[in-house]
Amino acid sequence: RGHGPYQPHEPGYGLYQPGYSPYDDQIPDPKSRTLAIQNAKAYLLKSSTTSGLNLYDHLANMLTKILDEQPKNAVDIIENISKDVKWAHFQKKMDTLRDEHENLTTFEAAEKRKALFLKANGDGDEELEEGTGETRLPNVMETAFYFEQAGIGLSKDESYHIFLALKKLVSVQGIQTCRFWGKILGLEMNYIIAEVQHHEEEVEEEAEEEEVVEEGGKGMGEVEDEDEEKEKEDEPPKSTYKPPPVIPKEENGTGANKYVYFVCNEPGKPWVKLPPVTPAQIVCARKIKKFFTGRLDAPVVSFPPFPGNEANYLRAQIARISAGTQISPIGFYQFAEEEDEEEDSGGGRDTYEENPDFLPLSVAEMVDSLSTWVHHGKSILKQGRCVWFNPFQKSEEEGEEEENEEEEKEEPDEPQQEIGPPLLTPLSEDEGIQNIPAWTAQPSTNLIPQYAVAILQSNRWPGAYAFASGKKFDNIYFGWGHKYSPENHTPALPPPVQAEYPSGPEITETRDPTVEEELAFKAAKEEASAAAEEEKEEEEEEEEEEVEDNEEEED
Amino acid sequence: MEAASLPAALELAASGGAGLSPEKRGALGASLPLLQRDYRFERVWFWGCIQGVRGAYYITEGLGPDRAAPRSRLYSLNCVEWSLLPPVTEKMVAQAEQLKGRFEGDPSFEYAYPEINAQDAEREFEGGKEHVIKEEARLVATIEQIDRAVGIIPRGAFVKTPLGSVQENRNFEGLSLTEAKKLTSYFHFTEPVNLKNKTLLEKADLDPSTDFLDSLEHDIPQGSWAVQLEKGGTVVVLRSLLWLGLTFYHVPMTKQYGYIYFGTGEKNLDLPFML
Repeated sequence: RGHGPYQPHEPGYGLYQPGYSPYDDQIPDPKSRTLAIQNAKAYLLKSSTTSGLNLYDHLANMLTKILDEQPKNAVDIIENISKDVKWAHFQKKMDTLRDEHENLTTFEAAEKRKALFLKANGDGDEELEEGTGETRLPNVMETAFYFEQAGIGLSKDESYHIFLALKKLVSVQGIQTCRFWGKILGLEMNYIIAEVQHHEEEVEEEAEEEEVVEEGGKGMGEVEDEDEEKEKEDEPPKSTYKPPPVIPKEENGTGANKYVYFVCNEPGKPWVKLPPVTPAQIVCARKIKKFFTGRLDAPVVSFPPFPGNEANYLRAQIARISAGTQISPIGFYQFAEEEDEEEDSGGGRDTYEENPDFLPLSVAEMVDSLSTWVHHGKSILKQGRCVWFNPFQKSEEEGEEEENEEEEKEEPDEPQQEIGPPLLTPLSEDEGIQNIPAWTAQPSTNLIPQYAVAILQSNRWPGAYAFASGKKFDNIYFGWGHKYSPENHTPALPPPVQAEYPSGPEITETRDPTVEEELAFKAAKEEASAAAEEEKEEEEEEEEEEVEDNEEEED
Repeated sequence: MEAASLPAALELAASGGAGLSPEKRGALGASLPLLQRDYRFERVWFWGCIQGVRGAYYITEGLGPDRAAPRSRLYSLNCVEWSLLPPVTEKMVAQAEQLKGRFEGDPSFEYAYPEINAQDAEREFEGGKEHVIKEEARLVATIEQIDRAVGIIPRGAFVKTPLGSVQENRNFEGLSLTEAKKLTSYFHFTEPVNLKNKTLLEKADLDPSTDFLDSLEHDIPQGSWAVQLEKGGTVVVLRSLLWLGLTFYHVPMTKQYGYIYFGTGEKNLDLPFML
């Protein structure tokens, strides 16, 4: 009894408690209370139409979870706990299926990395033991330690994996020297690059293989020429465009192709050899700026069109970076003492060897001045090669075959020979970019100078680093593979349109004469013919009389 | 990245070749907790390092109770002594965008600042003042630009409380591997721009407590993020191609995530040519 049930807007709402209301005189019926409880429980057990859950079970689960986990400030995060319980309700059923499906790639990769750690059985071990005196394998972990003092380098795990992968590479290929060159980042995958120098015998074998391929190509060309001769009559006029002479690439083992590079996407994956680089590729790579995708066979879409796919572009960038940033402390390398020092007019000295009498300079000296470092990578000329090649020397030999001697004489003067800085030039000669020096030198630590390491960072190729500490030094590259330019990259403009035909007096249009000019010309002509007419007047009169007579007769 | 989990995080984000030397790590481990005490930050994030020509700046950000509020930024040249940077203004950001080239490495260096247009030039002529911008201002403006453009968090890592402040989501257990590969699972941790332009259908699927930020899906130009799975899928690494050097890492199904910047502090304006 009482005034209830109160509606929400009435002042008595919420205050009505069965058994405690001021208006309630009777003791409430116990049965009605249990009935109310049962009604409430039945309501809570009602299943939802959308999800099939019911509130009773949900609240029970939630409270169980809270009492089990005892989170702090449970009242603040109660909604999240409720959501989690509901989430877990659906998760359990699909648990097993999802796990197997998802982690497939993770397990595969783990298998590959595990394979690195297994020792190769059989003859491989014996050969390595004999050759350990020469230490073909670089000590990647030691280098990583020195670079880590400067904050450069990969995680220890990855360094060790690369170490093992290099060991695998050395054992598979017959290699004289091997070095971890660095890592180039890409969009989908990255590249880990090893710089390798082969034995001489293997270099000759590869050269033979390449020659065979080229001769096969020439044979095809001859067959095509014969077909063309048959159709000569119906051919449209041939274009007078002569492509600029193709500059041949440098021999394997010299110049830009001094080292052979192997890449892999991740340690554990097989190493792929990069093809040697041609000058045309280097020249084109200087004009374009593209990210690497991580797949070696990806096409490089750019203007000017890059002659090759991503493997060639990668090799070209590696060649440029090596030529620009491979440095060593002065005195570490010296020129081999040969009698014939100046064989080629512009070749300069090509080879260098380690100096057994090398005295390392202190770290402070290495950092203070850049003249204590020298380039031991040969710089690449504008032509795209390290050693100048004159394309017109050879063309004279071929000219006799093609009978084009006349055209050769019309060609422009031979381009001037390009000379680059000689090998082992100190870094102080490097040009800076605007007002930034080409290299930034720092000691690795100012707190403990006696054990500091001298670190150089390149500003021209961001990502190229070098360190020197006592007799040890090394270079490395971690980056995207592009040169630094403070200006934005402007793509090359297309070349001007070629003239379709040679212009001469017969084809060139002339202005039509104006009316006055025509009249003047006519008057001049009449004057000239007037004189001739006087002579012919008598003859014409006689002819006219005869004509008139003939006409009268016809009529 | 969280200062507390710095050592492990540096290992995960080091695949780009950039990291910190043991000396710096030790210094950070000692000085960052002191920063937290002195400035009463609730969270301290080590933001990264900007390489100047002559030196490098190490940057830290401090967050208050509302994680989306403007953050305090501090810089140091040696990871031991920290100085507070002035708060960012839009004018600073506009001025800094005009400057090109590397940072010098000296905080008091002044750049001669070119005028934007003729009106400004006239005004300055009358005033007789020269436009200079200090390297500190350029630094803080660059940090703000980078945070705005490419500072990212995984979806669900932060929740918006009904009162409007943003808190960390204590129930965030990490993205699953399939989710981690998609760009829609990551948000820019800054004022949303595209959120209002979504269609009603899309908005219906959003959860207002977790989906209150822009996702990376509609970033211009498309493809300006490189998503990679490292270590066979145990770490997801996102690298920004617009600001080269920003690395975001996340270990799927765990709470570990964070981003760090190691670079020269220059925007990569050649991006459309390079893709």
